[in-house]
Amino acid sequence: MAQKLAYLKETASQTAGPYVHIGLAPGAAGFDIYEQELGHDIAGPNAKGERIRIAGRVIDGMGAPIKDVLIEVWQANTDGHYAHPEGGGPVEDAFRGWGRVISDFETGEWSFETVKPGKTQGRNTAMQAPHLNLWIVARGINVGLNTRLYFSDEPEANAADPVLNLIEWEHRRATLIATRSEEGGAPLYRFDIRLQGEDETVFFDV
Amino acid sequence: MSRPADYYMRNRAIHPPAFTPDYKTSVARSPRYALISLENTVSEITGPRFGHNDIDPGDNDLLTNYVQAGESPIGERIILHGRVLDENARPVPETLVEIWQANAGGRYRHKKDTYLAPIDPNFGGCGRTLTDENGYYCFRTVKPGAYPWRNMVNNWRPAHIHLSVFGSGFVQRLITQCYFEGDPLIPICPIVQTIPDPDAIEQLTATLDLNATIPLDSIAYKFDIVLRGRRSTLFENRPEGN
Ligand SMILES: [Fe+3]
Repeated sequence: MAQKLAYLKETASQTAGPYVHIGLAPGAAGFDIYEQELGHDIAGPNAKGERIRIAGRVIDGMGAPIKDVLIEVWQANTDGHYAHPEGGGPVEDAFRGWGRVISDFETGEWSFETVKPGKTQGRNTAMQAPHLNLWIVARGINVGLNTRLYFSDEPEANAADPVLNLIEWEHRRATLIATRSEEGGAPLYRFDIRLQGEDETVFFDV
Repeated sequence: MSRPADYYMRNRAIHPPAFTPDYKTSVARSPRYALISLENTVSEITGPRFGHNDIDPGDNDLLTNYVQAGESPIGERIILHGRVLDENARPVPETLVEIWQANAGGRYRHKKDTYLAPIDPNFGGCGRTLTDENGYYCFRTVKPGAYPWRNMVNNWRPAHIHLSVFGSGFVQRLITQCYFEGDPLIPICPIVQTIPDPDAIEQLTATLDLNATIPLDSIAYKFDIVLRGRRSTLFENRPEGN
């Protein structure tokens, strides 16, 4: 028998279940325990760049909005840098780039405010179009789902984006584009995520 | 600019598939198209970092973080501890670990939980901590109770603690559940059984750790968590620079 490799195996994922809020957003579960909950300060008031709001729903295979979903967001700042030592460059103090949002228990609607990210370095020479990285967990989701949100007002950058171009079925790329509109004079992007069905959102094995 | 080192491809054979009909909720919540495989970019290898100003030192003690003065929660007092490692067996330091669980009666402090077991006025059911420089973490809590759930009419969840872990790249993000050695409900739970690999289920089962107990106070369970590992850059082609 050959030698054994000394690698460990990744711990298996399990669903976040219906009560994920207790651990990750206890205020929403109905109680007050921590001095500060994490994930509300994706881009503090002094973060640079255009302030935007993003709203949407996560829709199941029956066409119904999921009312117990939790989404985490990871994004670059307006210069295209992530708040991380390997993030491509410095970021301003007020910028964290990570947030957490939960859907409304009655409507399934979620929304959060942030700044629009800049272009980021691709794996090779091509630049990636501005995008948010999303991670979706809920009851019934066995392994968190990774997807990306791109912006409808970036048609040229999107057309050149190496990740969007990797999706063989061109019509499916549209599932990753949030639609820009105005709401009370401020930019609002709408992004519905479909877990299943004809317009199933593209999810990535990252 | 040199290309950053990739994380190892996720071994999907140890994870549950998305569509697991015995766990009914997964049926309408599972994507049906294949995931699109993405090689790592800066968006994947980076991730949020947390520090001691994000949390309080007492946040990892569920025996005291939600009590009324002079009281303590009902239940078997336990220590849940272990290390967060990567697939290269290297510790993952300074990473955020968050947990949540039912009380000793199997009831969650959540406005959507209506199970008839009582709420414990001295138990919140959540905690969080940062691993130390050796990847070590520790919580004090009570052992959660088993509880029934609506799937088939008579399904019971084994005692479990939900855990959320970050690592240093967003691709390492993981939510899982920790079970307790010897629980007869583990092999008949439809959620546990979404995992196809028996060894992977073993790895989700905390072991009684008599050496870590506090005599006459708390019993201890050991639970190590393994996050995805990362390629070494030693022999990578570097077309520009170093
Ligand atoms: Fe649970």
